[in-house]
Amino acid sequence: MQFALLIYESPEAFATRNTDPYNAAWRAYYNALVEAGIYVGGNPLEVPETGTTVRLKEGKRRVQDGPYADTKEQLGGFTILELPSLDAALDWAARCPAASVGAVEVRPLAPELKRRIER
Amino acid sequence: MNGSSQEGTHRTIERVARESYGRLVAYLSSHTHDVASAEDALSEALVAALAAWPRDGVPQNPEAWLLTTARRSFIDLVRHQQVAVASEPTLLLLREESKDVSLSTAFPDERLKLLFVCAHPAIDPAMHTPLMLQTVLGLDAARIAHAFLVSPTTMGQRLVRAKTKIRDGGIQFEVPQEHELPPRLDAVLEAIYAAFGIGWDDMTGADQRGRDLAEEAIWLARVLLQLMPKEAEVRGLLALMLHCEARRAARRGPDGRYVPLSEQDSQQWSLPLIEEAERHLAEASSRGRTGRFQLEAAIQSVHADRARSGRTEWAAIMLFYEQLIRISPTLGTRTGYAAAVAEAKGPEAGLAVLGTIDLGSVSGYQPYWAVRAHLLQRLGKTSEAADAFDRAIGLAEDPAVRQFLLQRRG
Repeated sequence: MQFALLIYESPEAFATRNTDPYNAAWRAYYNALVEAGIYVGGNPLEVPETGTTVRLKEGKRRVQDGPYADTKEQLGGFTILELPSLDAALDWAARCPAASVGAVEVRPLAPELKRRIER
Repeated sequence: MNGSSQEGTHRTIERVARESYGRLVAYLSSHTHDVASAEDALSEALVAALAAWPRDGVPQNPEAWLLTTARRSFIDLVRHQQVAVASEPTLLLLREESKDVSLSTAFPDERLKLLFVCAHPAIDPAMHTPLMLQTVLGLDAARIAHAFLVSPTTMGQRLVRAKTKIRDGGIQFEVPQEHELPPRLDAVLEAIYAAFGIGWDDMTGADQRGRDLAEEAIWLARVLLQLMPKEAEVRGLLALMLHCEARRAARRGPDGRYVPLSEQDSQQWSLPLIEEAERHLAEASSRGRTGRFQLEAAIQSVHADRARSGRTEWAAIMLFYEQLIRISPTLGTRTGYAAAVAEAKGPEAGLAVLGTIDLGSVSGYQPYWAVRAHLLQRLGKTSEAADAFDRAIGLAEDPAVRQFLLQRRG
């Protein structure tokens, strides 16, 4: 089954994401995912300040500068992995370089829902 | 009662709970096989103690007080659940026993049976260690879940399922017969060592969680040794864990940096722990039955000798690994052997040993890649070494280890 690792990073992590050693750790992690044959896809996101949040209230657009959630740690990217179990996904989440400087949320994808929507 | 003595009473309750938990759960559940109800009854008794002891003073025999109180609510609990099956005779038995075991007499120690129940082959092997931690040491599901990297709800459900299996699955509360002892004892030792390993790996600097679990594992081994003093492998396991524990302070630099064994300052190793480990190992080998844990302890003993001699006898370590591989050819053993061969005979020889390991089995095994990277680097094969370093870094969980490898790779 497929799991998304939602990568939440601290401001410090965002500040160092283009420099080693954080960058090198990510390269190595990506490499390990590919070599283990479990990597399905994923992408880093630009820094949270580049986000813009849109809501429609009473038919009117409310556009807000900044990311959706006002939290210390912000979504910085996601990775999708093909794994046999949640336990395996948690193992890989723990190895993620962001796990020690932020948080990694593990969520199963919802393929049933996807099929119903894409029918 | 003033504040400080109240605090003292609370500490007493904590200590009694810690020391007596497994004994009481084991004793209460040995007839009914109902571990979950025994635990519920005991926690009710502990709550009662928290109310009564600060008011009335700590009883003469706190453990017997808890047993009597727990047994009363246990009988209520079992009756309330109306588990008609075989419980009526059990209730009678329990009532009879409450008359016999007076507050001053000791009750038989059933923890050994409980340890064997927890590691029974009918129970999912992945649950052996969590069950022991909960029923013998009284750790709560949330803490166990934390250590095993699963959600507390999941761990709670698995523990409940395992306990239901114990109650309804006909698992006997007994120490296995002589002929079936070895595999069953192995499962008990494995589970204790697994707890230690989790505690060990978790130790990122000052992380109390890892330290606690490692200490609990050592404590379990001491309990087991007290109950089975003649089993050489029990001593072997205890010696192995004590040797590792002796190096805890030396594993990190003052700045939290990871320090590999070969670069550790042996002055920081704990001599009393090393000496205790050596005593157990000597006692174990005098019994003339070697086993996996004694061999692993012997390897650690050679490393520990550096504190005295200033050097490491890699040839001896290599020989112990050769024996170990015959008993337990795991990925860990074979990787350790390769590292020892490299030190004793040179990096090419070490790489040749690594070359015998099936590549398909190491895609998630970090130590293999770390050793491989190190050996390739020593041979000056820079680009191959960098690839192996990348794999090791990508698989590292401990940030300090990741940092160390990143620096090594250069």
